Amino acid sequence: MARTVWDSTVGKKAVMAVSGLIMLLYLIAHMIGNLKIFFGAGEFDHYAHWLRTVGEPFMHYEWTLWLIRVVLAAAVVAHAVSAYQLSRLDLRARPRTYVHKRPRAGYATRTMRWGGVILGLFLVWHLLDLTAGTVHPGTFRPGHPYRNVVSDFSHWYSNVVYIAAMLALGLHIRHGFWSAAQTLGAGSRTRDRALKTVANVLALLLTAGFVAVPVGVMTGVVS
Amino acid sequence: MKLTLRVWRQKNAGAEGHMSTYEVDGISPDMSFLEMLDTLNERLILQGEEPVAFDHDCREGICGACSLVINGEAHGPERTTTCQLHMRSFEDGDVIDVEPWRAAAFPVIKDLVVDRSAFDRIIQAGGYITAPTGSAPEAHATPVPKADADYAFEHAECIGCGACVAACPNGAAMLFTSAKVNHLNVLPQGAPERETRVLDMVAQMDAEGFGGCTLTGECATACPKGIPLTSITHMNKEWLRATRKAARR
Ligand code: HEM
Ligand code: SF4
Ligand code: FES
Repeated sequence: MARTVWDSTVGKKAVMAVSGLIMLLYLIAHMIGNLKIFFGAGEFDHYAHWLRTVGEPFMHYEWTLWLIRVVLAAAVVAHAVSAYQLSRLDLRARPRTYVHKRPRAGYATRTMRWGGVILGLFLVWHLLDLTAGTVHPGTFRPGHPYRNVVSDFSHWYSNVVYIAAMLALGLHIRHGFWSAAQTLGAGSRTRDRALKTVANVLALLLTAGFVAVPVGVMTGVVS
Repeated sequence: MKLTLRVWRQKNAGAEGHMSTYEVDGISPDMSFLEMLDTLNERLILQGEEPVAFDHDCREGICGACSLVINGEAHGPERTTTCQLHMRSFEDGDVIDVEPWRAAAFPVIKDLVVDRSAFDRIIQAGGYITAPTGSAPEAHATPVPKADADYAFEHAECIGCGACVAACPNGAAMLFTSAKVNHLNVLPQGAPERETRVLDMVAQMDAEGFGGCTLTGECATACPKGIPLTSITHMNKEWLRATRKAARR
C-alpha cells in the first residue's frame, strides 16, 4: 500500500496533506505556548521546563519531547520531499507556457512553492537561533528561554525574519488547509465556505499569535 | 469587424513553431470563432498559402473536438466551447492570440491541433462498465436514486475537450479523470469496478505524463461543461477508499 500511495500523484499529495496537518496541529500548540511570555519569566520558563518533564514518571526526562521532535522531523521531511517531487512532475507536464500571459490564481495559491521553501529555511534559522543558540544575536543562555526571546527581539533583523516568516506561514496555511481537505476527500460543495473560513481563521490566528511575541518585545510590553 | 490574429503555426510535430500575424476583415459579430478562422483559411487557400489547421467536428458544443487557447484562455473569454464562442465577444480592431492546448501529454501535431489520445487511454483503463450485451434491460430492474442520477449526469456532461488540462499550470488531467470516474462510480451499474476503475484510471493519468493537482482551480473555471472542482475532491476520496480496500485484501 505504501508503494501505491507514494507512486501516485494523488497518494503523494495525501502524504503532503497529512504531514502538513501534523505540522499545523503542532503550530497551534506552539503558538499557545508562546503566548505565556506575556505572563512573565516565571510562567514562561516553567512551561519550557515542563515540556521536558511531560509524561513522567512513565517517560524519562525529555523522552516525550524527543518523541514529538521525531514525529515533526518526519513530517517536515515527508512534506518537503513530496512537495519537491510533485513540483518537478508538474513543471515537466507543462514544458511550454502560453505566449499570451494572464494573471493566474490567488496570491496564496501561487506562493505555495516559494513560500514553502522560505518556511523551510526559516525553520532551520529558528532552530539554530532559539534551540541550539548558534546564530542567536547576543548571548544565548540555555534553559532561560524568556531571556533568550527578549534578547532575540531586541535586534531589528530578528524581528524582520520572524515577522516575514509568519506572514508567509499565514499564506501557506490559507491555501494549504483548504487544499488538504480536498486532497483527503473531506471537501464538498456545501462545506466549501466553511472550510475556507476555517482556513482563513487558522491562518489569521496563527500569524497574529506568533507575531504578538516580537511585537510585545519591541513595544516593551515584554522585557 | 476588422481583427488582427496572431496564430501559432507549426508544420508538424517535430518542427519549431512560431506566432504568425494575419489581418482579417469583414467579420460579422454573429460568426462563430471557427467561422472567423474559416474566413481566414479561405483567403489563405486563394493566396496559395497553407491554411491554419485546427480541430473541430460538431460545431454545436457537444463533441469536444474544438480546442483553442484564445488570449491565454482555453476556449476564450466565454464559458463555452470554441465553436460556440461568437465574435460579438470581441471588439472591432482587437488583436487576438490563438494558441494550441499546451501540455507535455498533448503534443502538437500541426498548428493548433494536438494529440489527445492520452485521454482515450485513460478511458480505456477504466471508463467502462461490464454489462451483458443483448436487448436493453428493463428500466426498473436497477433503481437509481434521483440525486445519484443527477450527480452522474452532471459528470457525464464532460465532452473530453481537454480545456481543463490546457488551463492547468501543471498540465494536470484531474478534472477530466474525476468527471469520468465519478460519473460511473456513483451508479449501481458502475459498482463492480468501483475500486479498480479509480485506481487504474489515476495510474494511467500519471503514466501519460500529466501533472499533479495543486487545487489552483483553473480547470473548473475553463471547463465549458461546468464540471465542478469538488469532482476532484470526490475522486481523491474514491482513490483513498480503493487504496485502503486493496490493502486489506
Ligand atoms: C519544509 C518547509 C515547507 C515546504 C518546502 C512546503 C511546501 C509545500 C508545497 C510545495 C505545498 C503544495 C502547495 C500546492 O498545493 O500548490 C504545500 C502544501 C501544504 N503545506 Fe507546506 N511546506 C512547508 C512547510 C509547511 C508547514 C510548516 C506547514 C504547517 C502548517 C505546512 C502545511 C501545508 C499544508 C497543510 C499543505 C496542503 C497539502 C495539500 O495541498 O493537500 N507546510 N507545502
Ligand atoms: S472536464 Fe470539462 S474541460 Fe475537462 S475535458 Fe471534460 S468538458 Fe473538457
Ligand atoms: S466542435 Fe464539437 S464541441 Fe466544438
